[in-house]
Amino acid sequence: MWQIAIILAIYLPLVILAGHYLFRVTMHQKTFLDPVLDKADRLIYKISGIKQENMTGKQYVLALILSNACMIFVGYVLLRIQSVLFLNPNGIGNMEATLSFNTIISFMTNTNLQHYSGESGLSYLSQMLVITFMMFTSAATGYAACMAFCRRLVAKTDTIGNFFVDFVRVITRVLMPLSVGVALLLVSQGSPQTLSGNQTVETIEGKMQDIALGPVASLESIKHVGTNGGGFNGANSTTPFENPTAISNIIEILSMMLLPGACVVAFSLMAARRKKNTLFGKQGLAIFSAMAALFLIGLTVIYAAEQAGNPIIDSLGINQELGSMEGKEMRFGIPQSVLFTAVTTAFTTGSVNNMHDTLTPVGGLVAMFNMMLNVVFGGKGVGLMNMMMYVLLTIFIACLMIGRTPQFLGKKIEEKEMKLIALCILIHPAIILLFSALAVATAAGSGGITNPGAHGLSQVLYEYASASANNGSGFEGLSDNSYFWNITTGLAMFFGRYLPIIIQLAVASLLAKKMWHSDSTGTLKTDNAMFSFLLAAIVLLIGALTFLPALALGPITEHLQIHR
Amino acid sequence: MMETTPKKSFITMDMMKGSILGAAKKLNPLYMMKNPVMFVVEIGFLLVLLLTVSPTILGTEAGPHDRLYNAIVAAILFVTILFSNFAESIAEGRGKAQVQTLKKTKTVTQARVLLADGSEVMKEAHELTKGEIVLVYAGEVIPNDGEVVDGIATVDESAITGESAPVVKERGGDFSSVTGGTTVTSDWLKIKITSLPGESFLDKMISLIEGASRKKTPNEIALNTLLVSLTIVFVLVVVTLYPMTVFLKVHIPIATFIALTVCLIPTTIGGLLSAIGIAGMGRVTQFNVIAMSGRAVEACGDVDTLILDKTGTITYGNRMASEFFPVQHVHQKELIRAAWLSSLTDDTPEGKSILSLAQKLSVDASDKETIIQSSEHIPFTAQTRMSGLTMPDGTTVRKGAYDTIKNESLKAGYPLPEDLEKLVHQVSSAGGTPLVVAKNSRILGVIYLKDVVKSGLKERFEQLRAMGIKTIMCTGDNPLTAAAIAKEAGVDGFIAESKPEDKIQVIKEEQALGKIVAMTGDGTNDAPALAQANVGLAMNSGTNAAKEAANMVDLDSNPTKIIEIVEIGKKLLMTRGALTTFSISNDVAKYFAIIPAMLMAAIPEMDVLNIMNLASPTSAILAALLFNAVIIPLLIPVAIKGVNYEPMSASKLLNKNLLIYGLGGMITPFIGIKLIDMILSPILPMIGL
Repeated sequence: MWQIAIILAIYLPLVILAGHYLFRVTMHQKTFLDPVLDKADRLIYKISGIKQENMTGKQYVLALILSNACMIFVGYVLLRIQSVLFLNPNGIGNMEATLSFNTIISFMTNTNLQHYSGESGLSYLSQMLVITFMMFTSAATGYAACMAFCRRLVAKTDTIGNFFVDFVRVITRVLMPLSVGVALLLVSQGSPQTLSGNQTVETIEGKMQDIALGPVASLESIKHVGTNGGGFNGANSTTPFENPTAISNIIEILSMMLLPGACVVAFSLMAARRKKNTLFGKQGLAIFSAMAALFLIGLTVIYAAEQAGNPIIDSLGINQELGSMEGKEMRFGIPQSVLFTAVTTAFTTGSVNNMHDTLTPVGGLVAMFNMMLNVVFGGKGVGLMNMMMYVLLTIFIACLMIGRTPQFLGKKIEEKEMKLIALCILIHPAIILLFSALAVATAAGSGGITNPGAHGLSQVLYEYASASANNGSGFEGLSDNSYFWNITTGLAMFFGRYLPIIIQLAVASLLAKKMWHSDSTGTLKTDNAMFSFLLAAIVLLIGALTFLPALALGPITEHLQIHR
Repeated sequence: MMETTPKKSFITMDMMKGSILGAAKKLNPLYMMKNPVMFVVEIGFLLVLLLTVSPTILGTEAGPHDRLYNAIVAAILFVTILFSNFAESIAEGRGKAQVQTLKKTKTVTQARVLLADGSEVMKEAHELTKGEIVLVYAGEVIPNDGEVVDGIATVDESAITGESAPVVKERGGDFSSVTGGTTVTSDWLKIKITSLPGESFLDKMISLIEGASRKKTPNEIALNTLLVSLTIVFVLVVVTLYPMTVFLKVHIPIATFIALTVCLIPTTIGGLLSAIGIAGMGRVTQFNVIAMSGRAVEACGDVDTLILDKTGTITYGNRMASEFFPVQHVHQKELIRAAWLSSLTDDTPEGKSILSLAQKLSVDASDKETIIQSSEHIPFTAQTRMSGLTMPDGTTVRKGAYDTIKNESLKAGYPLPEDLEKLVHQVSSAGGTPLVVAKNSRILGVIYLKDVVKSGLKERFEQLRAMGIKTIMCTGDNPLTAAAIAKEAGVDGFIAESKPEDKIQVIKEEQALGKIVAMTGDGTNDAPALAQANVGLAMNSGTNAAKEAANMVDLDSNPTKIIEIVEIGKKLLMTRGALTTFSISNDVAKYFAIIPAMLMAAIPEMDVLNIMNLASPTSAILAALLFNAVIIPLLIPVAIKGVNYEPMSASKLLNKNLLIYGLGGMITPFIGIKLIDMILSPILPMIGL
């Protein structure tokens, strides 16, 4: 417990600091790195022909989609011909078509769902030029979208900000410096960073074993800083090279949590920009508190569930006093494992330091539910945008209850916005439920399910929740490298990523163009504890109502069956 | 006035009969499609009906009792739809009664048209065109809206306003516009017709009340969108649940899936939404205000700034004498007597109030009649700016504005009393109007005419402030007087010496600050400001230009009403919000009833989740479904009357409503479902379920 408390206590000052920095980057204010990076940026703008003109919401979305499309195309080609390219010391072959499709969508959408194992499926060139490259660009895309969204909420015009400029600035000023720092910290803990091939060594049992090496630390840092989650190796952060010690585990947890939380702080500072020297800003604090409350509820439940252990294993005579240690690493124990699981699913990173398939049913439910909500901080900027949809929905209902037409930051929420907000909130559950139903109803889908009964359904729900939330962690156990799973999860990731971004930016554009109305004692306070409570309640209520029947058939049935 | 409107009971037998018939008529799927939430229920009903007739038609196995179970589910779904339609019919029924009375007044067939040469021609009323002059005698009905061009008469406007006391109409000024459908009760009027047949105010009113159900307001559309998307989500939840249960080899009857869908989709608010809208507009009409659009009523709820005229709105139209201040060396008695004399022949309310105050201060009034008969009456004119009388002995007594009397006195060679200016200032700064009294041009003192603030207004403004609404008073008075009245009434701001054009300036300034502005007005020169304001309430007694520009017309011409209209607007939105919250909160309990019940047969461990301890899976599902149906008629009164509203700050209001409709909405169905289950559980085994 105290381990969790200390990590969260370190997190708070860090996130505020990062939030202020992100705010300065977003609003083009002076930062300490400017003297060096301004020159670098200018060079990049010059080479790429970026004109730095303000864009309308429509232009911004278009730029975002097109640049992502280009990267998807180039990445796909690279994966398909990696065997003949250089930097392939282990002689890895070309990737199969649907797996390439799945992988490229997976990394461009910041999901990092891996239906391959890095050590046997990717050349070093692919690891760096496709995987690590996209870890930067996909995270930068998410942050850029979030910046554009937040700016429009507080601005009085829709023509503001340039996608390419935001994209470059996020990479040079936020992702690069942070990941260099985190990579060095991880190297200090023992993560390898090398271009030499795998080593074959003789173990103490006298057998031969391949030790997978490579540029691990550099991938590991951006994997967490950019809430990407795709591991260098198949077993992700459970492997000693990706996550050697408890200290590296804490570093990874904090780097996952840092930027999604900082986005909320940055938005808060934007909303409170008239007031000088704000530490946090009330508006963001309200949203942050709601997210934190939901996170802590989940964390408590998963901690209690894992600590309680599994009664069936207990009845087999295996002591459960340490908690349910099946699938967990001894060097992390229950607290650091459950915190990692709660963080990786809530902040939709998707890296794992324990096997989620072997979590207790309730523990697995929390992990799944975090991804189903997709708003408990969420990943790389889009988490905040998703939450803002719920904020607007909460405002809509709460404003009606006080007899006013809904209004947020002085802008009225009317029919058009409501249509888009409702659609946006609908997309995520629709993707998860429809694909899950399809998977269990078809032979191609159910062929991949390796467990009978309720746990089999949990595997399916988890996979699509992870894909649609752009999380990328796997319940594993699912034999998911098949045409059906590659294509359906690919589509789930694609729609789960781009549809909400387009719709959310459209909502922000609509609001940006609206007349501004002032606030008074008669308007709804959206920056107090009451609102945080209401927001969390509505997220929980909508989430619970939408997913409860499916969860009842999956993890809840499982839980009831092992506790019979 | 509100008091004169006969208090209607919530629902009459007649309305009830009509509504039941109306509810049945609305079952037509083409009509139901307008309400997607209830349309889904209707589709569900038809499916279950099909399954009742032929339980195996969808390729599912059927147990021996499935037919009966399906029949019961179908019946409950049918009743649910009927209840929702019934709510809408009741709301419409209340409006229809009003239309009927209005239509009765539209009985004029003939009009007496005056031609240019002075001759009279009888014409069909519906052939009248704009600009024609008609002559209407006592006992006749005015054929169409118009302006009085000649004559003076009393008009009974009760058909429209419900106010039985006739109103005097005459040429010019604010009392020159007449409304078609009203009756001249004395004398005659020459009226210039100002609107085309079928476009009169009465026609507009009728179509507005009738059409209230046809046009959804913007906020209603937005809320409807939310409800539709919730419906889609829940339909998706249930549709995807089916293959999952098949995968897990859990057999659940199709009717149960449909029951789950209907319980989850927001039928409570979906079923009542249009009733709330119609009733909300109806509340405005019952209040004798005609809203030109639903948008205007909703905007009322958002008003931040109220711009109010001082005279007639904040204060009573007339000023009352409240004190006499003699100047130095003049005895109080002498001043009172002079003031009394000066007002003896003054018929204005101010004059009368001076008389009554003087009499209260026991002035010697024994020679009243003699003086009235023998003296010459000097009426007030805009030129002289004073009034009074000249007695047979040549004594002049005058009262009037400070400047006028001062000049008069100085001209006559009297020195100005030293403390006069101080007294005048004292009265002004107290918010009063000073009238200076002079006898034979010698100034005796000052009468303090007081503006009387309407009773209860100060508290009203305080409530408004608590609601976050700012009040600004407009007055032609000087800044000193205005400040005093503003203070007394407790308004937040004032504009002194304001001309009608100033109002539009204030409105624009407030709007630039992001405020929603409401104002009342009656004169023609108020029209631009009424149009500029977000909510403009015109007085029915006002000019047609003002009525055209406004988005609401108050038939009682009571400007204070704008405050109540703001509350009506809020109430309308609040009712929607409260019932939406209630509806969604209900789902929690329904889940706890239905999910364990559905799965218990296949997964016995689910009984742990049966926290209400419901008797059997069948009774649990039917109880939830029945609760879902019954809650609609139980909430009809709330939907139609609106939720209770007391002015308070937004935060307090939110807390209160969340407690009642959020928490209440979560707890109520637990109790309701349990109760229904307790009734059902002994009955169901008897019929074999």
